[in-house]
Amino acid sequence: MFRSHPLSDDTQALTMRDAFAAHAADLLDADPRVAVVLADISADMFRDAAAAHPDRVINVGIREQLLIGVAGGLALAGLRPIAHTYAPFLVERAFEQVKLDFEHQGTSGVLVSVGASYDWAEGSFTHFSPRDVALFDTLPGWRVFVPGHAAEVPPLLDRAVDADEGVYLRLSLRRNAAPHGVGEPFTVLRHGTRAAVVAVGPVLDNVLAATEGLDATVVYTNTPRPLDTTALRELAAAAGDTVVMVEPYLEGTSDWLVSRALSDRPHRLLSIGVGREELRRYGTAAEHERLHGLDAEGVAARLRAFLG
Amino acid sequence: MILRVNVTFEQVRELAQRTVTDVRYPKVSIYTLDAIWVLYDRVLRVDPHRLDDPARDRFLLSKGHGPSAFYAVLAAKGFIPAAWLDSIAALESPLGSHPDATLVPGAEISSGSLGHGLPLGVGIALGLRATGYRDARVFVLIGDAELDEGSNHEAMAFAGAAGLSNLDVVVADNASASLGWPGGIASRFDVHGWSSATVDMRDHEALYRSFTAAHADRPHVTVATARS
Repeated sequence: MFRSHPLSDDTQALTMRDAFAAHAADLLDADPRVAVVLADISADMFRDAAAAHPDRVINVGIREQLLIGVAGGLALAGLRPIAHTYAPFLVERAFEQVKLDFEHQGTSGVLVSVGASYDWAEGSFTHFSPRDVALFDTLPGWRVFVPGHAAEVPPLLDRAVDADEGVYLRLSLRRNAAPHGVGEPFTVLRHGTRAAVVAVGPVLDNVLAATEGLDATVVYTNTPRPLDTTALRELAAAAGDTVVMVEPYLEGTSDWLVSRALSDRPHRLLSIGVGREELRRYGTAAEHERLHGLDAEGVAARLRAFLG
Repeated sequence: MILRVNVTFEQVRELAQRTVTDVRYPKVSIYTLDAIWVLYDRVLRVDPHRLDDPARDRFLLSKGHGPSAFYAVLAAKGFIPAAWLDSIAALESPLGSHPDATLVPGAEISSGSLGHGLPLGVGIALGLRATGYRDARVFVLIGDAELDEGSNHEAMAFAGAAGLSNLDVVVADNASASLGWPGGIASRFDVHGWSSATVDMRDHEALYRSFTAAHADRPHVTVATARS
């Protein structure tokens, strides 16, 4: 008997995916430009919306190349498509479609994933997608939004639908206890002098616990692309040009941006994120978080070693 | 409107041959000319002066390889200057060995990587339906070897099930698929509920009849066979 469902969590009254489906349905009602494209995943959550808008809620079945291609075609016809499925199938399986069916056509779209880096740990490697944000960094112009709480999802989805650029909205069952930082690129939660620690999305609570009593600035962002490098430079300057990036996806994903932003001055950078190696382990997401050193104890240990 | 410009098929073939500088695909460059010509000369409602008309028909050259025939028809119909054909694939030329829709007036999609046009065409057909342009039609030209790509089969199954009556596919069949299509290309579409016709690429009347055949509740495929 399995302990966890790949897409839901009994301990959460409202998951990010619930918030996404509910708000996407509202957007379908309000804006005739919005269309939702599905590949079976979450189709049950869009049943009412599909009945109300049969031409703009499209389930293509388990066909991810078609999922992205259809979204690209809808964009060519003047709509704002939202394509949604499990992260590795949305981003990695059809990555050439992501590359060619939007920007190369002169259009853009919104991609919304669930599953994140290890949400369904029992499903293991085939359902993990820690490399997704790094892949978007190989494409020009994509925005990446990583909410840390279900309440952050509706405003981020609004912004994604209103944007002209492509937007990747990365939903997860991992989350913080409270929402933060809606409407600003960086939310400064603590001021310190030894390091500027940037927490992306659902790792914030672990970062706050890990930095308890530490003389460090703690910053939250749920919009890591584009990274606000202007604000980052100012925060780093006030913290000894020492930056720590804590990200819930592949470790080091943002290194190139931080290094480029600080290339004119000596600086130190520590990146904490999901490891590159395949662990070949099952269990729970919390256990995988610990194995990757992204729990509070793991982050604290890395910070101690880095800051001395 | 259907464009009526006083250019003959022989003249457009000369235009196409002017552009044959595609060293990788010298023989495939213009075998699609008959189908593209019949579409632009007699079927598509497109206007070079109203490129963004949301109600226009769409022609998607999915098989981006060997686009000389496409460029020649665009020149003959006034979408691009014929002089562009003489510098194809040069650094400053808007015309490459694979078309870029952001550079070529009248090109609906950028193509070159096989298997993208039909899924995009399904999306456009759905989008036209959702935005109320129910009379606008979408034609996607693919090659018989391009049909190898699995993305086409995802699109064929879906379009048939969805009854996308505003979608037409033209398979330009020059028997170049390495493994062939035992049982025929049309049968792959038939099983998914499409209507189909298999015609000779050189028979313009047969092409026209297939491109204008009624298919009120399903998509339609024209398999145009070209044997040299």
